[in-house]
Amino acid sequence: MTERVYLFKGFERFWHWSQAALIIFLMVTGFEIHGTYRLFGFGNAVNYHTMAAWTLVGLWVFAIFWHIVTGEWRQYIPTTERVLAIARFYSSGIFKGEPHPYKPTPLKKHNPLQRLTYLAVLTLLSPLIWISGWLYLFYGSWAAWGLGALRLEWVATAHTLGAFLMLAFLISHVYLATTGHKWNSQIKAMVTGWEEVA
Amino acid sequence: MKTPLNRLARVAWLAGALGLGVMAWAQAQDAKPVNLKTTADHSKFKELQREFKSGPELTKACLSCHTEAAGQIHRTKHWKWEYKNPVTNQLLGKKNVLNNYCISIASNEASCNTCHVGYGWKDASFDFKSEENVDCVVCHDTTGNYRKAPGMAGHVVTKDTEFPPGSGKIIKGIDLTKIAQKVGKSSRDTCGACHFYGGGGDGVKHGDLDSSLAAPDKALDVHMDATGLDFTCATCHKAASHDVAGSRYTPTAKDAKGAHMRGASDNGNPATCVSCHGQSPHKKDALLNRHTAKLACQTCHIPTFARGGIATKMGWDWSTAGQRDAKGEHIVRKDAKGHVIYESRKGDFVLGENVKPTYLWFNGDVHYTLLTDKIDPGQPVVGINSLGGSPNDGKSMIWPVKRHVGKQPYDTENLTLITPHTAGNDDTGYWKNLDWNKAIEAGMTVSGAPFSGKYGFVRTQMDWPITHMVAPKDKALACVDCHTRNGRLQGLDGIYMPGASANPWVTRLGWGLVLLTLLGVTGHGVMRLLSRGKKQGA
Repeated sequence: MTERVYLFKGFERFWHWSQAALIIFLMVTGFEIHGTYRLFGFGNAVNYHTMAAWTLVGLWVFAIFWHIVTGEWRQYIPTTERVLAIARFYSSGIFKGEPHPYKPTPLKKHNPLQRLTYLAVLTLLSPLIWISGWLYLFYGSWAAWGLGALRLEWVATAHTLGAFLMLAFLISHVYLATTGHKWNSQIKAMVTGWEEVA
Repeated sequence: MKTPLNRLARVAWLAGALGLGVMAWAQAQDAKPVNLKTTADHSKFKELQREFKSGPELTKACLSCHTEAAGQIHRTKHWKWEYKNPVTNQLLGKKNVLNNYCISIASNEASCNTCHVGYGWKDASFDFKSEENVDCVVCHDTTGNYRKAPGMAGHVVTKDTEFPPGSGKIIKGIDLTKIAQKVGKSSRDTCGACHFYGGGGDGVKHGDLDSSLAAPDKALDVHMDATGLDFTCATCHKAASHDVAGSRYTPTAKDAKGAHMRGASDNGNPATCVSCHGQSPHKKDALLNRHTAKLACQTCHIPTFARGGIATKMGWDWSTAGQRDAKGEHIVRKDAKGHVIYESRKGDFVLGENVKPTYLWFNGDVHYTLLTDKIDPGQPVVGINSLGGSPNDGKSMIWPVKRHVGKQPYDTENLTLITPHTAGNDDTGYWKNLDWNKAIEAGMTVSGAPFSGKYGFVRTQMDWPITHMVAPKDKALACVDCHTRNGRLQGLDGIYMPGASANPWVTRLGWGLVLLTLLGVTGHGVMRLLSRGKKQGA
């Protein structure tokens, strides 16, 4: 008998997958703008990148609203409780067939390590990308905003580093999605909302 | 169904239509055929219904009505060929500057000054106050029959004339009466008669001005397109009191003002792009307007110059001039396309068509190396002119230029440039006798500059800002022409271009991080797979 728990509500799943698609598309266009390859053509890549960024802004407006009114923002309050146990699981227990030391519940759907990671993404990586991205978008207004001393090179470098960090996060995130009860339990959960936990 | 009311309406309508028709017919009968382009039909003027034996004779007739015209011309660069740069105080103008094409006009006036808007400037004795020596029709001819033959100091001939005397070559006389009776506004042809042929031949000097602009298609010049907008030169180079706007000595590199408003007192140079298009000319893609802070419009909108099928000179090496063939005759060598690439009289040429410009920061300051300036032949190249500019001076824009390189004579003792006597049917003219010593001696005497008697050849360079041959927008540069490694603006200071300028260390660091992450998750995954057996066994 498998134990299942309903973790991700409809909006959350919609948010997750549309955000994933947008971020991947932003990376595809962003690395073309960076000069890594040619795909859409530079001018198109810039326009698509800008459109996708604004779409993501819109999505975030809804997501933030949803988190506030549903109280789900509490899921991201950091905790250090049992964080070492979870770190130990990923570095050794997982190879010995030990069960995951954390059982998610609808009220605490992220394990402490996830909470810390997502909080870091939210408070460090996202601001790096968003602030540099907005400055990039409004390059023409810097002088009017009193930011004349700012240099495009710094902003572009910050944005590029943010993109690489996000790509590294994406790789780890996709991999860690396979570390649930079964390799596909967590992925299924993100599709159906129900996660198999035992 | 026909009702009485309906019938009445129809009758009224018919009567109205008939009435209007009659009125229109009456009007058409009243109006006589008229030239709507001008208020004066010069063929009806008695002053012009006679024979003119010379240019000055015709000018006197012009001035009998246009009393102020000669005085206005006298104040312009077109007449004086002299201009004092108010910023550098350098005395410039064709009379004073040198270039690295035919070099200089001193001692060569009879030939060079064919393009002067006057008659008879053959040497320093020319009277710049003479009104009758102003050439009106060189700019106002509409027939295309007006010709000023080289060697005659700008004079025209009205009867078939042998020139040079004894040469057997006949210059055909022109009918000044016909030309005078059809004068009109300047045109691409009249301006082009000189400006297309600067440097001694079609397209030689400028690169963005040649005879292909006489009747260009849209792809060659979106404004002058003969079947489209059909601009003349004067549409942009708007003249007031015969003084034509636009200057190569004090160009407007950055037009910080907006589009001109009629009557506004601070309207600047009317020949700039901004004077019509304003500061935010891109309506569909606002992102492009951000480029206007640093890029001259010309940088993107003139992708290449010499696009009309006429080659321009990109290099001129005088040091190889003077060779003769086995019989002692002058040599002319041509390339496969029939372009002259070597002449005994002039040396080697490098020609170019569809040339990508050189790009540089330009703030409008142009400094010339004049005959009185010392040069340093140890430098890799001596700038005959040098354009000022930097990314940080607030006045510069990135401009496209034609960079013409040359090798020309200089005085190895006095370390000055040299004004040789080239054109002229006399013993000292280089183009006749191929003797540098005589040519330099004669030329420097006329210039009034000292000559040590020793000469060599020095590498020189001139930059010519490119501003004509504006392509339609779909043929302008694309983003990726610059936003890529080794793009058009590669190596230019003070700009960061996404796609071109990323610090390679940032990129290396980034991919390093991504690679480490991949290695980490792959290693972790492989270990999980390998340990699966254990798990099942446990």
